[in-house]
Amino acid sequence: MPPSLIQVLIMLSLDGIGKFFGGLAALSDISLKVEEGEFLGLIGPNGSGKTTLFNVISGVLKPSSGRVSFMGADITGLYPDKICHLGVARTFQIPRPLKDLTVVENVMLGALFGDSGRSTYHSEETAKRDAIKYIDFVGLKVGELTMPDELTAAGLRKLELARALATSPTLLLADEVISGLNQEEILEASSVLNRIRDEMGVTIIWVEHIMGALMSLVERVVVLDYGKIIAEGKPSEVSGDKRVVEAYLGEEEQEVY
Amino acid sequence: MRSPLNIKRGPILLTVILGCLILFPVFSPSPYLIHIITLIFIWSYVSTAWSYMGRFGLVSLGHGAFLGTGAYITALLFNFFNLSPWIGMLIGASGAVFLAAVLGYACFRSGIIGDYFALVTLAVGELVALSIIAMREITGGSLGFTLRSLGNSPLYFQFGSKVYFYYISLLFLLFALYLWKRIDKSKMQKALKAIGEDEVAASSVGINIIRHKMAIFIISAFLTGIGGVLYAQYITYLNPHTLSGVTVSLAIPFKAILGGMFNIWGPAIGTAMIVSLEEYIRVSYGTKFVGVSEVVYGIALITLIIFLPKGLYGTVLEIFHKRQRSAETIT
Repeated sequence: MPPSLIQVLIMLSLDGIGKFFGGLAALSDISLKVEEGEFLGLIGPNGSGKTTLFNVISGVLKPSSGRVSFMGADITGLYPDKICHLGVARTFQIPRPLKDLTVVENVMLGALFGDSGRSTYHSEETAKRDAIKYIDFVGLKVGELTMPDELTAAGLRKLELARALATSPTLLLADEVISGLNQEEILEASSVLNRIRDEMGVTIIWVEHIMGALMSLVERVVVLDYGKIIAEGKPSEVSGDKRVVEAYLGEEEQEVY
Repeated sequence: MRSPLNIKRGPILLTVILGCLILFPVFSPSPYLIHIITLIFIWSYVSTAWSYMGRFGLVSLGHGAFLGTGAYITALLFNFFNLSPWIGMLIGASGAVFLAAVLGYACFRSGIIGDYFALVTLAVGELVALSIIAMREITGGSLGFTLRSLGNSPLYFQFGSKVYFYYISLLFLLFALYLWKRIDKSKMQKALKAIGEDEVAASSVGINIIRHKMAIFIISAFLTGIGGVLYAQYITYLNPHTLSGVTVSLAIPFKAILGGMFNIWGPAIGTAMIVSLEEYIRVSYGTKFVGVSEVVYGIALITLIIFLPKGLYGTVLEIFHKRQRSAETIT
């Protein structure tokens, strides 16, 4: 195929996103394009605006300025359920399972409500079948009646992933899926993310404030600091960037000492 | 939560209770007893309709607004235009639905939830009562008005005997319970449960928050509007304080919370207890303690919410299930 025919599809495009809380700028002038099939890492110290950016993309927060486009359509200010229906799913940094529902029922919600209008109507049975499929996919081992409060920290993060996947997204916003996990669990969770991209063909934006595991998996990294993009590029380039080291690794070292 | 009524003996027990209720008037007991049980049916129906939304965290303290709207529209259409309440009640209940739709959309759109939603509804309930009083010319103000009597006229929802009302209100109650079951089997129930627990998480998996809340609010308001008509036709007298003031707006949730709003039988059991207790106090102490029931309401409500959030019946069920579960693990 001649190169001119290879089209790169821009899946998500952020243009000049700003978000102010009172006088405080949580995000200022964020512009970013994410290609279909990309595995993008978004890093930055605590409070740098990573989760705020996710909230803006997923519709939980309305940006004070700027535009969010998904698959060419303007989705700025749409309700979260609408954005979910379009194919954007997210996990929460602090897991938010519905505690009165079983783990399976939690994931079923995603299957029942997540993709209305895009694929076939889900009956309870197919939703349950799908839920179990995604629970297996993320490597969560639960019984039919397991409640969320019986899960470990790693289990809760897997539940977040399974519930998000059940909405059959084309773009996954993964918010700190490995923070608080031990080394073994980190490897497992990272490989799940990798499989979500490779086997399911889901584009992923992965937010993490620890650099380690993320840097070895993603293709491109965007670094946020004080609500601004301070660096962008291949992991190897970014980790050597002076500004990143100052803003980011500098703080990490301070934390160590 | 499973109710013991659902396990094996459930259908039999239910049939027996229903059979007793149906046969009860046949043994011509005192009209007074028929009257009390009819009141229990009507208010059980209303508090069940209230719990449709209450159990998902949508606590309304203004259901009197819907009760009053339904009852007054229907009764005025009858008194002034001779429209049969059987048809009028649909218009009255539609009025309640309209009110709920406007109120619900305004609240849900701007994210008014929890205690704030309760406060807004409380105000709206009182607003409707005050509007009724203000329209003195046609509503008779706070003195209320009486339905034109036609004697025994089933086509106009008027009967010569209380027994008819007994059966009609029992039917309405059964319908409300049936609808509860239907809601429980629907996708809407799952959406509302998720919304009640965590709106952000619910909307992130694609649940339309506003639409689902509007739907249950409208269903609840419609049934409550009909409930107002039922009560007004039975008593044949409409008064803003008994149909839409703060007192009645608080009495409805209290009945539901007392019995336990999370279980299908809770609101009815709570209502039976309250109506019986009120009658007992009224009969034994007469007018000596006017207003005492409101004081008892207030104290009991606070105590309940703090110590028995699942209500009396709900708590009994929980203890029952714990016993059963521990018995199962032992054997």
